[in-house]
Amino acid sequence: MTSLKKLLLGEQGLVVIFALAFAIVSLTVPNFLTERNMLGLLQSVVTIGIVACTMMFCLASRDFDLSVGSTVAFSGMVAVMASNATGSIVLGLLAALVCGSFVGLVNGVVIARFRINALITTLATMQIVRGLALISSDGRAVGINDPGFYQLALSKFLGVPTPIWVMGILFVAFGFLLNRTVFGKNTLAIGGNPEASRLAGVNVVRMRIWIFMLQGLVCGIAGVLLASRITSGQPNAATGLELSVISACVLGGVSLAGGRAAMAGVIVGVLIMGIAENVMNLLNIQAFYQYVVRGLILLLAVLLDNLRSVAAGRRG
Amino acid sequence: MQDFLEFKAISKGYPGVQALSDVSFSVRKGTVHGLMGENGAGKSTLIRILSGDQAADAGEIRIAGEQQVYKSVRDAFQAGVIVIHQELQLVAELTVAENLWLGRFPARAGVLNRRKLIGVVAEKLTEMGIEVDPAAKVASLSIGERQMVEIAKAVMVDARVIALDEPTSSLSSRESEILFSLIDRLRANGTVILYVSHRLDEIFRLCDSLSVLRDGKLAAHHPDISEVTRDQIIAEMVGREIANIWGWRSRPLGATRLQVDNLAGPKLPQPINFSVRKGEILGFFGLIGAGRSEMARLLYGADSRTQGTVAVDGETVTADSPAHSIRAGVVLCPEDRKLDGIIQGRSIEENMAISSRRHFSPFGILNPKKEVELAETFIAKLRVRTPSRKQDIINLSGGNQQKVILGRWLSEQGVKVLLIDEPTRGIDVGAKSEIYEILYDLAAQGMAIIVISSELPEIMGITDRIIVMCEGRMAAEIERPDFDERRILAAALPDVSNVAELPLQQVQSR
Repeated sequence: MTSLKKLLLGEQGLVVIFALAFAIVSLTVPNFLTERNMLGLLQSVVTIGIVACTMMFCLASRDFDLSVGSTVAFSGMVAVMASNATGSIVLGLLAALVCGSFVGLVNGVVIARFRINALITTLATMQIVRGLALISSDGRAVGINDPGFYQLALSKFLGVPTPIWVMGILFVAFGFLLNRTVFGKNTLAIGGNPEASRLAGVNVVRMRIWIFMLQGLVCGIAGVLLASRITSGQPNAATGLELSVISACVLGGVSLAGGRAAMAGVIVGVLIMGIAENVMNLLNIQAFYQYVVRGLILLLAVLLDNLRSVAAGRRG
Repeated sequence: MQDFLEFKAISKGYPGVQALSDVSFSVRKGTVHGLMGENGAGKSTLIRILSGDQAADAGEIRIAGEQQVYKSVRDAFQAGVIVIHQELQLVAELTVAENLWLGRFPARAGVLNRRKLIGVVAEKLTEMGIEVDPAAKVASLSIGERQMVEIAKAVMVDARVIALDEPTSSLSSRESEILFSLIDRLRANGTVILYVSHRLDEIFRLCDSLSVLRDGKLAAHHPDISEVTRDQIIAEMVGREIANIWGWRSRPLGATRLQVDNLAGPKLPQPINFSVRKGEILGFFGLIGAGRSEMARLLYGADSRTQGTVAVDGETVTADSPAHSIRAGVVLCPEDRKLDGIIQGRSIEENMAISSRRHFSPFGILNPKKEVELAETFIAKLRVRTPSRKQDIINLSGGNQQKVILGRWLSEQGVKVLLIDEPTRGIDVGAKSEIYEILYDLAAQGMAIIVISSELPEIMGITDRIIVMCEGRMAAEIERPDFDERRILAAALPDVSNVAELPLQQVQSR
């Protein structure tokens, strides 16, 4: 019993759970373990996966960002509208990334500089940005004029669609940023004890602004890929994304109290979210039930997080 | 008159410290009894035991001959024992009347009896001569008025014993006078008042009798205060032998290393001037709230300054953040290690390298080999006792945590000024002398060291010069040959007469 507990609540607990779940699903669900389904599964988690990279930093530094879903939709809209207007896909993409980063910058400055609660701030920007997306398109989807834009999502490299490559590259990049750079260590230090970090010479305000800006930038990337995949800018895209992303991070062992995060965990968390959805689709479970399951997974994730910190506390 | 409140052989130990040992004294009905002692002498512990917040290891408390057994603060409350702490226990968003009734609102079937709510309180307040509107929100009251409300709360439940812990520390002298007349009235009604204060003037003004605690023991008990003098009390507070655990030795001092001119900030409005030489260990002594730590935080750039300059080796430091100070060679080991020092959940290695890694991380990319090397070097050098450099810092003892924080700064190249606030708080004797040795070594290498401490023996034991602070200003500056416990303590004790001139936040402890 104690060794099982150790296994499940320890560092590698999540990987163990994931491996088990994966094995069971592979054996029991028909058509699950096929190349086609695997690529489809990965495609379906691209948005969550990409945004989770920076949400991990946000949570690790004791912050929170609810505005990611809106920012993804908004930057997707901007990408489509800007490229339609200028006739240049590159300009459209740049505009989307700039807009995403700007939303992040605003979040960061308000939260870090003016010391407003992150929950409230991003709740506000979440609605503002969603509103901007609706206003700019008059509430309707905006189609893409240049078919080249579709290629972002459709093109393949070595048989794997580009968005999956982008997600993979970001996983590696942000894993490196977290584990091998001063930026990553400072992020974790701020989450562990913000005041002590400040007194130890970490520029906490600047760090937090950077983290939110990165979050916005990454939402821009996710927004562009999403728009390309759905072949239009949708003002209502990615609603509820923030919850899926936070669920994935928490599931991946990122502590809501800050100071603890691991890229590998987040990747596994993202995959668990994807598998759950994928399996329900394969089993033809009605979409309405998926909400319930998603909620349950989040609840389980938080409970697991709690159990884990209790276990860690006892060890200490 | 009969002894009403009796402490009998009270003992209480915490891990590593005997906070109280065999303390016995008694107080008569209808008197005010003073309780004095240095920081850490055991006053707070005694008050906590009286309030039911903590249980004594041995001994008993009797009231009117009856043994008192409290399992919680609520038990003590119901027995009529009320302790009023420095941090007041009022709900700011409720009215005065609501606060006084809190926990037992007059109501029928859950509906408040508003007339009784206000009426009874108004009556009580007038009876006690407290001029506060019962319908006013507590948030709108001054600190002094809140203190009155707190006392009124005790009167509302017909308290038999009221303990006041430094009640005037945040009051102006006019407010203090109102408080004193209220205390006089309570005494006349037969209440026993236990009055904890550092201010001798107040003790003589108010108290009928007095007890002095020192190192957890009863150093003196005076049933009649008119038979003691101010000097006698100070002698009783400090009169201990100094064991030579300090190991101080003289060092050659060099040129001025740190020059501080007119330094002031919101929490320290009166400008401060001093300098420290190369190789010198300067001590800052003062009671809690005297402004020592505020000074250190201003100097370090942890709090923003309103004025003043800091120069290191003649060069002005533009310090508006700790990061700037560190780059100029000024570092701080903070007072509250847990809150401001350690980064919990991270390893010793990461806690050490957090600042100095910028020297060997090109473009912000870590150099793991160097980090390991750094951690191993300083774990060995400072003799941090730990199974591994990967150990979470929270699992270390206080002394070892302090060493890790020292390692954080020693791994910086070129630290010129080390500020260390309460260097050995919560640290056992063995580790203490190790930390002192580290400080002497650093001073011998030419560092200017500022030690802040509320422990008089420590500050006298390890420093070359002491600046005594009292209520936000420098009260005395004493060289090592002239160190004298009474003189230092007398300078640190405030007089009640000049409190009125000081703004509130300055007198309040953080």
